[in-house]
Amino acid sequence: MSAIPPFLQVENLARAYPSPTGGEAITVFDHVNFHIHKGEFVCVTGHSGCGKSTILNILAGLDAATTGNVFMDGREVAGPSLDRGVIFQSHALMPWLTVLENVSFAVKSRWASWSKQKVRDHAMRYIELVGLMGAEHKKPSQLSGGMKQRVGIARAFSIEPKMLLMDEPFGALDALTRGVIQDELLKICAETQQTVFMITHDVDEAILLSDKIMLMSNGPHARIAEIVNNTLPRPRERSAIHKQPHYYPIRNHLVDFLVSRSKQFGALRDAPDAPSSPTVFDPADLLVPEPPVVHTPPVGKPHIHLVNA
Amino acid sequence: MKTRLTLNQKAGLLSLGLFALILLVWYLATLPDAKVAAANVDPEYAALMGGGAASSASSFPTPVAMAQTVWERLSDPFYDNGPNDKGIGIQLAYSLARVLGGFFLAAAVAIPLGFAIGNSRVFYQAINPYVQLLKPISPLAWMPLALYTIKDASASAIFVIFICSLWPMLINTAHGVANVRRDWLDVARTLEVNPLRKAFRVILPAAAPTILTGMRISMGIAWLVIVAAEMLVGGTGIGYFVWNEWNNLSITNVLFAILMIGVVGMALDSIFGVLSKRVAYQE
Repeated sequence: MSAIPPFLQVENLARAYPSPTGGEAITVFDHVNFHIHKGEFVCVTGHSGCGKSTILNILAGLDAATTGNVFMDGREVAGPSLDRGVIFQSHALMPWLTVLENVSFAVKSRWASWSKQKVRDHAMRYIELVGLMGAEHKKPSQLSGGMKQRVGIARAFSIEPKMLLMDEPFGALDALTRGVIQDELLKICAETQQTVFMITHDVDEAILLSDKIMLMSNGPHARIAEIVNNTLPRPRERSAIHKQPHYYPIRNHLVDFLVSRSKQFGALRDAPDAPSSPTVFDPADLLVPEPPVVHTPPVGKPHIHLVNA
Repeated sequence: MKTRLTLNQKAGLLSLGLFALILLVWYLATLPDAKVAAANVDPEYAALMGGGAASSASSFPTPVAMAQTVWERLSDPFYDNGPNDKGIGIQLAYSLARVLGGFFLAAAVAIPLGFAIGNSRVFYQAINPYVQLLKPISPLAWMPLALYTIKDASASAIFVIFICSLWPMLINTAHGVANVRRDWLDVARTLEVNPLRKAFRVILPAAAPTILTGMRISMGIAWLVIVAAEMLVGGTGIGYFVWNEWNNLSITNVLFAILMIGVVGMALDSIFGVLSKRVAYQE
Protein backbone atom coordinates (compact mmCIF):
# COMPACT_ATOMS: atom_id res chain seq x y z
CA MET A 1 0.00 0.00 0.00
CA SER A 2 2.72 2.45 0.97
CA ALA A 3 4.50 1.78 -2.31
CA ILE A 4 1.89 3.75 -4.25
CA PRO A 5 2.17 7.49 -3.60
CA PRO A 6 -1.21 8.79 -2.46
CA PHE A 7 -3.30 10.62 -5.03
CA LEU A 8 -3.91 13.59 -2.74
CA GLN A 9 -1.40 14.53 -0.09
CA VAL A 10 -2.04 17.27 2.47
CA GLU A 11 0.97 18.29 4.52
CA ASN A 12 0.97 20.35 7.68
CA LEU A 13 -1.88 22.58 6.55
CA ALA A 14 -2.83 25.58 8.69
CA ARG A 15 -5.06 28.58 8.19
CA ALA A 16 -5.08 31.71 10.31
CA TYR A 17 -7.33 34.72 9.98
CA PRO A 18 -6.38 38.19 11.14
CA SER A 19 -8.21 39.00 14.34
CA PRO A 20 -11.12 41.41 13.84
CA THR A 21 -10.03 43.37 16.93
CA GLY A 22 -6.49 43.71 15.67
CA GLY A 23 -4.87 41.33 18.15
CA GLU A 24 -3.16 38.05 17.47
CA ALA A 25 -4.28 36.15 14.39
CA ILE A 26 -6.81 33.38 15.00
CA THR A 27 -5.62 29.97 13.86
CA VAL A 28 -8.65 27.97 12.81
CA PHE A 29 -6.76 24.72 12.23
CA ASP A 30 -3.16 23.66 12.09
CA HIS A 31 -1.03 20.52 11.71
CA VAL A 32 -3.56 19.01 9.34
CA ASN A 33 -2.09 15.99 7.56
CA PHE A 34 -3.94 13.42 5.55
CA HIS A 35 -3.93 11.65 2.23
CA ILE A 36 -6.52 10.23 -0.09
CA HIS A 37 -5.93 7.38 -2.54
CA LYS A 38 -7.38 7.24 -6.01
CA GLY A 39 -10.97 6.09 -6.00
CA GLU A 40 -11.35 6.60 -2.28
CA PHE A 41 -14.40 8.28 -0.78
CA VAL A 42 -13.41 10.31 2.26
CA CYS A 43 -15.81 12.08 4.57
CA VAL A 44 -14.84 14.78 7.06
CA THR A 45 -16.95 15.61 10.04
CA GLY A 46 -16.62 17.82 13.08
CA HIS A 47 -18.36 20.67 14.81
CA SER A 48 -19.04 24.00 13.15
CA GLY A 49 -16.07 26.34 13.15
CA CYS A 50 -13.40 23.66 12.97
CA GLY A 51 -12.44 24.75 9.48
CA LYS A 52 -13.81 21.87 7.41
CA SER A 53 -15.09 24.18 4.71
CA THR A 54 -11.83 26.11 4.72
CA ILE A 55 -9.90 22.90 4.11
CA LEU A 56 -12.24 22.07 1.24
CA ASN A 57 -11.80 25.55 -0.22
CA ILE A 58 -8.04 25.19 -0.01
CA LEU A 59 -8.25 21.83 -1.80
CA ALA A 60 -10.45 23.49 -4.41
CA GLY A 61 -7.93 26.30 -4.80
CA LEU A 62 -10.51 28.93 -3.82
CA ASP A 63 -8.69 29.77 -0.58
CA ALA A 64 -5.00 29.74 0.28
CA ALA A 65 -3.44 28.04 3.28
CA THR A 66 -1.37 30.10 5.71
CA THR A 67 1.20 27.33 5.85
CA GLY A 68 1.40 23.82 4.46
CA ASN A 69 0.99 22.25 1.05
CA VAL A 70 -1.50 20.26 -0.93
CA PHE A 71 -0.32 17.96 -3.69
CA MET A 72 -2.66 16.27 -6.11
CA ASP A 73 -1.39 13.73 -8.59
CA GLY A 74 2.17 14.83 -7.87
CA ARG A 75 1.51 18.52 -8.52
CA GLU A 76 1.00 21.27 -5.99
CA VAL A 77 -2.48 22.77 -5.78
CA ALA A 78 -2.03 26.51 -6.36
CA GLY A 79 -5.42 27.64 -7.60
CA PRO A 80 -8.77 26.45 -8.89
CA SER A 81 -8.62 23.80 -11.56
CA LEU A 82 -10.95 21.81 -13.75
CA ASP A 83 -9.26 18.73 -12.28
CA ARG A 84 -11.23 19.27 -9.10
CA GLY A 85 -15.00 19.52 -9.35
CA VAL A 86 -16.81 21.27 -6.53
CA ILE A 87 -20.37 20.67 -5.38
CA PHE A 88 -21.47 23.62 -3.29
CA GLN A 89 -23.90 23.37 -0.40
CA SER A 90 -25.99 26.16 -1.87
CA HIS A 91 -25.95 24.33 -5.24
CA ALA A 92 -24.68 27.62 -6.83
CA LEU A 93 -26.62 27.17 -10.05
CA MET A 94 -26.90 30.21 -12.27
CA PRO A 95 -30.57 31.12 -12.06
CA TRP A 96 -30.71 32.75 -15.49
CA LEU A 97 -29.65 29.52 -17.20
CA THR A 98 -31.69 26.38 -17.68
CA VAL A 99 -30.57 23.03 -16.28
CA LEU A 100 -29.04 22.08 -19.62
CA GLU A 101 -27.33 25.46 -19.98
CA ASN A 102 -25.90 25.23 -16.46
CA VAL A 103 -24.34 21.85 -17.17
CA SER A 104 -23.31 22.87 -20.70
CA PHE A 105 -21.55 25.93 -19.29
CA ALA A 106 -19.30 23.61 -17.30
CA VAL A 107 -18.79 21.22 -20.23
CA LYS A 108 -17.94 24.10 -22.55
CA SER A 109 -15.46 25.39 -19.96
CA ARG A 110 -13.75 22.01 -19.91
CA TRP A 111 -13.71 21.34 -23.63
CA ALA A 112 -13.81 24.74 -25.33
CA SER A 113 -13.25 23.30 -28.80
CA TRP A 114 -16.23 20.96 -28.74
CA SER A 115 -19.13 21.56 -31.11
CA LYS A 116 -22.49 22.72 -29.76
CA GLN A 117 -24.01 19.34 -30.42
CA LYS A 118 -21.22 17.46 -28.68
CA VAL A 119 -21.42 19.72 -25.62
CA ARG A 120 -25.16 19.24 -25.51
CA ASP A 121 -24.97 15.45 -25.83
CA HIS A 122 -22.33 15.23 -23.12
CA ALA A 123 -24.35 17.48 -20.78
CA MET A 124 -27.51 15.48 -21.46
CA ARG A 125 -25.71 12.25 -20.54
CA TYR A 126 -25.00 13.58 -17.06
CA ILE A 127 -28.45 15.11 -16.67
CA GLU A 128 -29.83 11.66 -17.44
CA LEU A 129 -27.40 10.11 -14.95
CA VAL A 130 -28.86 12.15 -12.08
CA GLY A 131 -32.40 11.41 -13.22
CA LEU A 132 -33.36 14.85 -14.48
CA MET A 133 -34.32 13.83 -18.00
CA GLY A 134 -37.29 15.94 -19.04
CA ALA A 135 -36.42 18.84 -16.75
CA GLU A 136 -33.45 20.01 -18.82
CA HIS A 137 -35.19 23.14 -20.10
CA LYS A 138 -36.37 24.27 -16.68
CA LYS A 139 -34.83 27.14 -14.78
CA PRO A 140 -33.45 26.38 -11.30
CA SER A 141 -36.26 28.39 -9.69
CA GLN A 142 -38.73 25.85 -11.08
CA LEU A 143 -36.92 22.94 -9.41
CA SER A 144 -37.16 21.57 -5.89
CA GLY A 145 -34.14 21.71 -3.59
CA GLY A 146 -33.25 18.09 -4.31
CA MET A 147 -33.45 18.57 -8.06
CA LYS A 148 -31.25 21.66 -7.87
CA GLN A 149 -28.60 19.70 -5.98
CA ARG A 150 -28.81 16.97 -8.62
CA VAL A 151 -28.02 19.58 -11.26
CA GLY A 152 -25.04 20.58 -9.12
CA ILE A 153 -23.93 16.96 -9.05
CA ALA A 154 -24.42 16.58 -12.81
CA ARG A 155 -22.43 19.74 -13.40
CA ALA A 156 -19.55 18.60 -11.18
CA PHE A 157 -19.41 15.10 -12.72
CA SER A 158 -19.82 16.38 -16.29
CA ILE A 159 -16.33 17.89 -16.36
CA GLU A 160 -14.97 14.45 -15.38
CA PRO A 161 -12.70 15.82 -12.65
CA LYS A 162 -9.92 13.78 -11.13
CA MET A 163 -11.37 14.56 -7.77
CA LEU A 164 -14.72 15.71 -6.43
CA LEU A 165 -15.08 18.07 -3.49
CA MET A 166 -18.43 18.31 -1.75
CA ASP A 167 -19.28 20.79 0.97
CA GLU A 168 -22.30 19.42 2.83
CA PRO A 169 -24.07 18.86 -0.44
CA PHE A 170 -27.25 17.52 1.13
CA GLY A 171 -27.33 19.72 4.23
CA ALA A 172 -30.25 21.80 3.00
CA LEU A 173 -32.41 18.86 1.88
CA ASP A 174 -35.16 17.04 3.73
CA ALA A 175 -34.37 13.56 4.99
CA LEU A 176 -36.31 11.64 2.32
CA THR A 177 -34.82 13.54 -0.62
CA ARG A 178 -31.41 13.27 0.96
CA GLY A 179 -31.71 9.48 1.11
CA VAL A 180 -32.67 9.21 -2.54
CA ILE A 181 -29.80 11.42 -3.71
CA GLN A 182 -27.30 9.63 -1.46
CA ASP A 183 -28.30 6.35 -3.13
CA GLU A 184 -27.78 7.92 -6.53
CA LEU A 185 -24.44 9.35 -5.54
CA LEU A 186 -23.39 5.93 -4.26
CA LYS A 187 -24.33 4.42 -7.60
CA ILE A 188 -22.60 7.09 -9.69
CA CYS A 189 -19.42 6.93 -7.60
CA ALA A 190 -19.33 3.17 -7.93
CA GLU A 191 -19.68 3.48 -11.72
CA THR A 192 -17.10 6.22 -12.18
CA GLN A 193 -14.59 5.21 -9.47
CA GLN A 194 -14.56 8.87 -8.47
CA THR A 195 -12.17 10.11 -5.79
CA VAL A 196 -14.26 12.16 -3.36
CA PHE A 197 -13.64 14.46 -0.42
CA MET A 198 -16.90 15.30 1.30
CA ILE A 199 -17.87 17.36 4.32
CA THR A 200 -20.90 16.18 6.21
CA HIS A 201 -22.56 16.62 9.58
CA ASP A 202 -24.61 13.49 9.11
CA VAL A 203 -23.06 10.42 10.70
CA ASP A 204 -25.27 8.00 8.78
CA GLU A 205 -24.43 9.70 5.51
CA ALA A 206 -20.73 9.33 6.26
CA ILE A 207 -21.14 5.64 7.06
CA LEU A 208 -23.20 4.94 3.97
CA LEU A 209 -20.90 6.69 1.51
CA SER A 210 -17.33 6.72 2.74
CA ASP A 211 -14.28 4.50 2.82
CA LYS A 212 -12.64 6.63 5.45
CA ILE A 213 -14.07 9.14 7.90
CA MET A 214 -11.87 11.91 9.28
CA LEU A 215 -12.93 13.44 12.57
CA MET A 216 -11.89 16.96 13.37
CA SER A 217 -11.48 18.37 16.87
CA ASN A 218 -13.03 21.70 17.76
CA GLY A 219 -11.42 24.96 16.67
CA PRO A 220 -9.50 27.13 17.11
CA HIS A 221 -6.37 25.09 16.48
CA ALA A 222 -8.56 22.30 15.19
CA ARG A 223 -6.87 19.15 13.92
CA ILE A 224 -7.79 15.88 12.37
CA ALA A 225 -8.06 13.98 15.61
CA GLU A 226 -9.06 10.53 14.39
CA ILE A 227 -9.45 8.61 11.20
CA VAL A 228 -12.06 5.87 11.08
CA ASN A 229 -11.70 3.15 8.47
CA ASN A 230 -15.15 2.34 7.22
CA THR A 231 -14.94 -1.42 6.80
CA LEU A 232 -18.53 -1.98 5.71
CA PRO A 233 -18.47 -4.03 2.50
CA ARG A 234 -19.61 -2.57 -0.81
CA PRO A 235 -22.01 -2.46 -2.54
CA ARG A 236 -23.93 -0.95 0.35
CA GLU A 237 -27.68 -0.85 0.70
CA ARG A 238 -29.32 1.73 2.89
CA SER A 239 -31.91 -0.82 4.00
CA ALA A 240 -29.40 -3.51 5.00
CA ILE A 241 -26.39 -1.55 6.12
CA HIS A 242 -27.27 -1.53 9.84
CA LYS A 243 -27.27 -5.34 9.86
CA GLN A 244 -23.55 -5.36 9.14
CA PRO A 245 -21.55 -6.32 12.25
CA HIS A 246 -19.28 -3.26 11.91
CA TYR A 247 -22.11 -0.79 11.58
CA TYR A 248 -22.83 -0.01 15.22
CA PRO A 249 -19.21 0.01 16.40
CA ILE A 250 -18.44 2.59 13.74
CA ARG A 251 -21.55 4.60 14.38
CA ASN A 252 -21.07 4.59 18.15
CA HIS A 253 -17.48 5.60 17.73
CA LEU A 254 -18.46 8.55 15.53
CA VAL A 255 -21.29 9.71 17.76
CA ASP A 256 -19.10 9.37 20.85
CA PHE A 257 -16.51 11.52 19.21
CA LEU A 258 -18.93 14.26 18.21
CA VAL A 259 -20.71 14.28 21.56
CA SER A 260 -17.78 14.11 23.93
CA ARG A 261 -14.30 13.35 22.63
CA SER A 262 -14.12 16.26 20.17
CA LYS A 263 -14.05 18.64 23.14
CA GLN A 264 -11.21 16.86 24.92
CA PHE A 265 -9.00 17.62 21.99
CA GLY A 266 -9.38 21.26 22.87
CA ALA A 267 -6.42 20.67 25.18
CA LEU A 268 -4.30 20.55 22.02
CA ARG A 269 -4.65 24.30 21.70
CA ASP A 270 -2.32 24.83 24.62
CA ALA A 271 0.19 22.33 23.32
CA PRO A 272 1.41 23.55 19.95
CA ASP A 273 3.72 20.58 19.53
CA ALA A 274 1.06 18.00 20.25
CA PRO A 275 1.09 14.99 17.91
CA SER A 276 -0.28 15.98 14.54
CA SER A 277 -0.91 12.48 13.26
CA PRO A 278 -4.40 11.26 14.09
CA THR A 279 -5.17 7.94 15.73
CA VAL A 280 -6.74 5.39 13.43
CA PHE A 281 -9.85 3.51 14.43
CA ASP A 282 -10.49 0.28 12.61
CA PRO A 283 -13.53 -1.71 13.68
CA ALA A 284 -11.89 -4.86 12.37
CA ASP A 285 -9.44 -4.68 15.28
CA LEU A 286 -12.30 -4.26 17.69
CA LEU A 287 -14.31 -7.23 16.65
CA VAL A 288 -11.74 -9.90 17.35
CA PRO A 289 -11.64 -9.57 21.16
CA GLU A 290 -15.30 -8.76 21.74
CA PRO A 291 -17.46 -10.36 19.05
CA PRO A 292 -21.11 -9.45 19.73
CA VAL A 293 -20.84 -5.67 20.10
CA VAL A 294 -23.60 -5.40 17.59
CA HIS A 295 -26.35 -5.15 20.15
CA THR A 296 -24.85 -2.42 22.27
CA PRO A 297 -27.44 0.34 22.40
CA PRO A 298 -26.12 3.33 20.49
CA VAL A 299 -25.02 6.36 22.42
CA GLY A 300 -26.31 9.80 21.49
CA LYS A 301 -29.30 10.03 19.25
CA PRO A 302 -32.23 7.64 19.68
CA HIS A 303 -32.49 4.92 17.08
CA ILE A 304 -35.48 4.50 14.94
CA HIS A 305 -33.58 2.07 12.73
CA LEU A 306 -33.55 -0.52 15.47
CA VAL A 307 -37.27 -0.39 15.99
CA ASN A 308 -37.99 -0.71 12.31
CA ALA A 309 -35.50 -3.51 11.79
CA MET B 1 -77.70 37.56 -11.00
CA LYS B 2 -74.55 39.42 -10.10
CA THR B 3 -71.54 38.76 -12.27
CA ARG B 4 -68.18 38.94 -10.56
CA LEU B 5 -65.60 41.25 -12.06
CA THR B 6 -61.93 40.45 -12.19
CA LEU B 7 -59.44 42.74 -10.52
CA ASN B 8 -58.40 44.16 -13.90
CA GLN B 9 -61.98 44.86 -14.89
CA LYS B 10 -62.65 46.65 -11.62
CA ALA B 11 -59.53 48.75 -11.95
CA GLY B 12 -60.33 49.53 -15.57
CA LEU B 13 -63.84 50.66 -14.70
CA LEU B 14 -62.54 52.83 -11.89
CA SER B 15 -59.99 54.39 -14.25
CA LEU B 16 -62.70 55.19 -16.79
CA GLY B 17 -64.84 56.66 -14.01
CA LEU B 18 -61.99 58.88 -12.90
CA PHE B 19 -61.44 60.00 -16.47
CA ALA B 20 -65.12 60.90 -16.81
CA LEU B 21 -64.96 62.80 -13.52
CA ILE B 22 -61.93 64.79 -14.66
CA LEU B 23 -63.66 65.64 -17.95
CA LEU B 24 -66.77 66.72 -16.08
CA VAL B 25 -64.86 69.01 -13.70
CA TRP B 26 -62.89 70.38 -16.62
CA TYR B 27 -66.08 70.96 -18.63
CA LEU B 28 -67.80 72.77 -15.74
CA ALA B 29 -64.75 74.87 -14.97
CA THR B 30 -64.43 76.11 -18.54
CA LEU B 31 -68.14 76.91 -19.15
CA PRO B 32 -68.47 80.45 -20.62
CA ASP B 33 -69.35 82.67 -17.66
CA ALA B 34 -72.11 84.71 -19.30
CA LYS B 35 -73.35 86.43 -16.15
CA VAL B 36 -70.02 87.92 -15.22
CA ALA B 37 -69.43 89.04 -18.77
CA ALA B 38 -72.79 90.76 -19.00
CA ALA B 39 -72.89 92.43 -15.60
CA ASN B 40 -69.46 93.47 -14.49
CA VAL B 41 -67.38 94.17 -17.53
CA ASP B 42 -67.47 97.44 -19.31
CA PRO B 43 -68.15 96.52 -22.96
CA GLU B 44 -65.50 98.97 -24.08
CA TYR B 45 -62.93 97.28 -21.84
CA ALA B 46 -64.05 93.91 -23.08
CA ALA B 47 -63.60 95.05 -26.66
CA LEU B 48 -60.13 96.30 -25.82
CA MET B 49 -59.25 92.94 -24.33
CA GLY B 50 -60.08 91.36 -27.66
CA GLY B 51 -63.49 90.42 -28.90
CA GLY B 52 -66.06 91.46 -26.29
CA ALA B 53 -68.30 89.19 -24.29
CA ALA B 54 -67.80 86.05 -26.37
CA SER B 55 -64.12 85.77 -25.45
CA SER B 56 -64.54 86.60 -21.81
CA ALA B 57 -64.28 82.88 -21.24
CA SER B 58 -60.65 82.23 -20.28
CA SER B 59 -58.22 81.01 -22.91
CA PHE B 60 -58.09 77.71 -21.07
CA PRO B 61 -59.63 75.30 -23.60
CA THR B 62 -62.79 73.37 -23.08
CA PRO B 63 -62.51 69.55 -23.29
CA VAL B 64 -64.12 69.66 -26.72
CA ALA B 65 -61.68 72.26 -28.05
CA MET B 66 -58.84 70.25 -26.56
CA ALA B 67 -60.04 67.07 -28.25
CA GLN B 68 -60.24 68.92 -31.55
CA THR B 69 -56.66 70.18 -31.18
CA VAL B 70 -55.38 66.75 -30.27
CA TRP B 71 -57.11 65.26 -33.27
CA GLU B 72 -55.86 67.93 -35.68
CA ARG B 73 -52.27 67.76 -34.43
CA LEU B 74 -52.12 63.98 -34.37
CA SER B 75 -53.69 63.59 -37.81
CA ASP B 76 -50.83 65.60 -39.36
CA PRO B 77 -47.82 65.13 -37.11
CA PHE B 78 -45.00 65.65 -39.62
CA TYR B 79 -45.71 68.94 -41.45
CA ASP B 80 -42.97 71.55 -41.52
CA ASN B 81 -43.88 75.22 -42.14
CA GLY B 82 -40.63 76.79 -41.03
CA PRO B 83 -38.91 77.13 -37.66
CA ASN B 84 -41.95 78.15 -35.63
CA ASP B 85 -44.52 75.78 -37.07
CA LYS B 86 -43.58 72.11 -37.17
CA GLY B 87 -45.71 69.04 -36.57
CA ILE B 88 -45.62 67.43 -33.14
CA GLY B 89 -44.05 64.29 -34.61
CA ILE B 90 -41.04 66.26 -35.84
CA GLN B 91 -40.61 68.04 -32.50
CA LEU B 92 -40.81 64.77 -30.58
CA ALA B 93 -38.38 63.15 -33.00
CA TYR B 94 -35.83 65.90 -32.32
CA SER B 95 -36.23 65.45 -28.57
CA LEU B 96 -36.05 61.67 -28.79
CA ALA B 97 -32.95 61.82 -30.97
CA ARG B 98 -31.19 64.02 -28.40
CA VAL B 99 -32.31 61.87 -25.48
CA LEU B 100 -31.27 58.63 -27.15
CA GLY B 101 -27.97 60.12 -28.33
CA GLY B 102 -27.05 61.35 -24.87
CA PHE B 103 -28.39 58.24 -23.20
CA PHE B 104 -26.46 55.75 -25.31
CA LEU B 105 -23.27 57.80 -25.06
CA ALA B 106 -23.71 57.70 -21.29
CA ALA B 107 -24.38 53.95 -21.37
CA ALA B 108 -21.25 53.40 -23.44
CA VAL B 109 -19.22 55.15 -20.75
CA ALA B 110 -21.11 54.17 -17.58
CA ILE B 111 -21.48 50.43 -18.11
CA PRO B 112 -17.82 49.57 -18.83
CA LEU B 113 -16.66 52.04 -16.16
CA GLY B 114 -19.21 50.64 -13.69
CA PHE B 115 -17.90 47.14 -14.46
CA ALA B 116 -14.37 48.23 -13.64
CA ILE B 117 -15.43 50.03 -10.47
CA GLY B 118 -17.58 47.12 -9.33
CA ASN B 119 -14.72 44.67 -9.83
CA SER B 120 -12.11 46.58 -7.89
CA ARG B 121 -12.41 47.96 -4.37
CA VAL B 122 -9.47 50.28 -4.96
CA PHE B 123 -10.98 51.72 -8.10
CA TYR B 124 -14.33 52.02 -6.38
CA GLN B 125 -12.95 54.00 -3.49
CA ALA B 126 -10.87 56.19 -5.78
CA ILE B 127 -13.80 57.12 -8.03
CA ASN B 128 -16.48 57.33 -5.35
CA PRO B 129 -15.76 60.90 -4.12
CA TYR B 130 -16.04 62.24 -7.68
CA VAL B 131 -19.30 60.44 -8.25
CA GLN B 132 -20.71 61.70 -4.96
CA LEU B 133 -19.67 65.25 -5.81
CA LEU B 134 -20.92 65.28 -9.41
CA LYS B 135 -24.13 63.30 -8.91
CA PRO B 136 -26.18 65.97 -7.07
CA ILE B 137 -25.42 68.70 -9.63
CA SER B 138 -28.48 69.67 -11.64
CA PRO B 139 -27.68 68.69 -15.22
CA LEU B 140 -28.84 72.11 -16.42
CA ALA B 141 -26.07 73.73 -14.41
CA TRP B 142 -23.69 72.24 -16.98
CA MET B 143 -25.45 74.04 -19.82
CA PRO B 144 -23.38 77.26 -19.88
CA LEU B 145 -20.18 75.28 -19.67
CA ALA B 146 -21.37 73.03 -22.48
CA LEU B 147 -22.41 75.97 -24.67
CA TYR B 148 -19.06 77.64 -24.04
CA THR B 149 -16.93 74.62 -24.83
CA ILE B 150 -19.01 72.81 -27.47
CA LYS B 151 -20.34 76.01 -29.10
CA ASP B 152 -23.34 74.17 -30.51
CA ALA B 153 -26.78 74.35 -28.93
CA SER B 154 -28.02 70.97 -30.06
CA ALA B 155 -24.83 69.17 -29.04
CA SER B 156 -24.95 70.95 -25.69
CA ALA B 157 -28.43 69.54 -25.08
CA ILE B 158 -27.07 66.07 -25.85
CA PHE B 159 -24.22 66.68 -23.43
CA VAL B 160 -26.66 67.64 -20.68
CA ILE B 161 -28.59 64.42 -21.29
CA PHE B 162 -25.31 62.51 -21.23
CA ILE B 163 -24.37 63.99 -17.85
CA CYS B 164 -27.73 63.34 -16.24
CA SER B 165 -27.95 59.76 -17.57
CA LEU B 166 -24.45 58.87 -16.50
CA TRP B 167 -24.76 58.62 -12.72
CA PRO B 168 -27.66 56.20 -12.18
CA MET B 169 -26.20 53.80 -14.75
CA LEU B 170 -22.70 54.09 -13.32
CA ILE B 171 -23.77 53.56 -9.73
CA ASN B 172 -26.15 50.72 -10.51
CA THR B 173 -23.67 48.91 -12.73
CA ALA B 174 -20.94 49.16 -10.10
CA HIS B 175 -23.36 48.02 -7.41
CA GLY B 176 -24.68 45.13 -9.47
CA VAL B 177 -21.22 43.93 -10.44
CA ALA B 178 -19.85 44.25 -6.91
CA ASN B 179 -22.73 42.21 -5.51
CA VAL B 180 -22.66 39.21 -7.82
CA ARG B 181 -23.07 36.17 -5.57
CA ARG B 182 -19.75 34.69 -4.50
CA ASP B 183 -21.00 31.21 -5.30
CA TRP B 184 -21.35 32.00 -8.99
CA LEU B 185 -17.89 33.53 -9.13
CA ASP B 186 -16.51 30.49 -7.31
CA VAL B 187 -18.17 28.23 -9.87
CA ALA B 188 -16.54 30.24 -12.64
CA ARG B 189 -13.18 30.01 -10.87
CA THR B 190 -13.34 26.25 -10.34
CA LEU B 191 -14.28 25.88 -14.01
CA GLU B 192 -11.27 28.00 -14.99
CA VAL B 193 -13.47 30.35 -17.01
CA ASN B 194 -11.39 33.07 -18.68
CA PRO B 195 -12.01 36.69 -17.60
CA LEU B 196 -13.85 37.75 -20.75
CA ARG B 197 -16.19 34.76 -20.69
CA LYS B 198 -16.73 35.30 -16.96
CA ALA B 199 -17.63 38.95 -17.58
CA PHE B 200 -20.16 38.17 -20.29
CA ARG B 201 -21.55 34.83 -19.16
CA VAL B 202 -21.55 35.20 -15.38
CA ILE B 203 -21.18 38.79 -14.15
CA LEU B 204 -23.21 40.51 -16.85
CA PRO B 205 -26.30 38.28 -16.58
CA ALA B 206 -26.04 38.32 -12.79
CA ALA B 207 -25.87 42.11 -12.67
CA ALA B 208 -28.22 42.72 -15.61
CA PRO B 209 -31.36 43.40 -13.54
CA THR B 210 -29.54 46.03 -11.46
CA ILE B 211 -27.92 47.56 -14.54
CA LEU B 212 -31.24 47.75 -16.31
CA THR B 213 -32.85 49.44 -13.32
CA GLY B 214 -30.11 52.06 -13.57
CA MET B 215 -30.80 52.49 -17.28
CA ARG B 216 -34.49 52.87 -16.59
CA ILE B 217 -33.89 55.57 -13.98
CA SER B 218 -31.46 57.32 -16.34
CA MET B 219 -33.96 57.29 -19.17
CA GLY B 220 -36.65 58.73 -16.89
CA ILE B 221 -34.37 61.55 -15.79
CA ALA B 222 -33.20 62.20 -19.36
CA TRP B 223 -36.77 62.62 -20.53
CA LEU B 224 -37.47 65.05 -17.67
CA VAL B 225 -34.35 67.06 -18.41
CA ILE B 226 -34.72 67.29 -22.18
CA VAL B 227 -37.82 69.51 -21.88
CA ALA B 228 -35.98 72.04 -19.72
CA ALA B 229 -32.83 71.80 -21.83
CA GLU B 230 -34.73 72.49 -25.05
CA MET B 231 -36.51 75.45 -23.48
CA LEU B 232 -33.03 76.87 -22.94
CA VAL B 233 -31.37 76.01 -26.24
CA GLY B 234 -34.44 76.59 -28.40
CA GLY B 235 -34.89 75.88 -32.08
CA THR B 236 -36.44 72.43 -32.13
CA GLY B 237 -37.80 69.76 -29.84
CA ILE B 238 -40.77 69.31 -27.58
CA GLY B 239 -39.34 71.61 -24.87
CA TYR B 240 -38.94 74.40 -27.37
CA PHE B 241 -42.46 73.70 -28.63
CA VAL B 242 -43.91 74.15 -25.14
CA TRP B 243 -42.06 77.41 -24.65
CA ASN B 244 -42.96 78.69 -28.11
CA GLU B 245 -46.66 77.94 -27.59
CA TRP B 246 -46.52 79.69 -24.22
CA ASN B 247 -45.15 82.75 -26.01
CA ASN B 248 -48.04 82.38 -28.46
CA LEU B 249 -50.37 82.16 -25.43
CA SER B 250 -51.78 78.98 -26.89
CA ILE B 251 -52.67 77.11 -23.71
CA THR B 252 -54.33 74.43 -25.81
CA ASN B 253 -51.06 73.60 -27.51
CA VAL B 254 -49.16 73.71 -24.23
CA LEU B 255 -51.63 71.24 -22.76
CA PHE B 256 -51.33 69.08 -25.82
CA ALA B 257 -47.53 69.11 -25.54
CA ILE B 258 -47.73 68.18 -21.85
CA LEU B 259 -49.92 65.23 -22.77
CA MET B 260 -47.48 64.13 -25.47
CA ILE B 261 -44.50 64.39 -23.09
CA GLY B 262 -46.35 62.13 -20.69
CA VAL B 263 -47.26 59.61 -23.39
CA VAL B 264 -43.72 59.37 -24.77
CA GLY B 265 -42.22 59.17 -21.27
CA MET B 266 -44.58 56.35 -20.42
CA ALA B 267 -43.70 54.52 -23.64
CA LEU B 268 -39.95 54.83 -22.95
CA ASP B 269 -40.42 53.55 -19.43
CA SER B 270 -42.50 50.59 -20.54
CA ILE B 271 -39.81 49.61 -23.07
CA PHE B 272 -37.42 49.32 -20.15
CA GLY B 273 -40.09 47.50 -18.18
CA VAL B 274 -40.20 44.84 -20.91
CA LEU B 275 -36.39 44.64 -21.07
CA SER B 276 -36.19 44.30 -17.28
CA LYS B 277 -38.57 41.38 -17.37
CA ARG B 278 -36.45 39.72 -20.01
CA VAL B 279 -33.23 39.82 -17.97
CA ALA B 280 -34.85 39.20 -14.60
CA TYR B 281 -34.16 35.89 -12.90
CA GLN B 282 -35.61 34.26 -9.88
CA GLU B 283 -33.26 32.76 -7.35
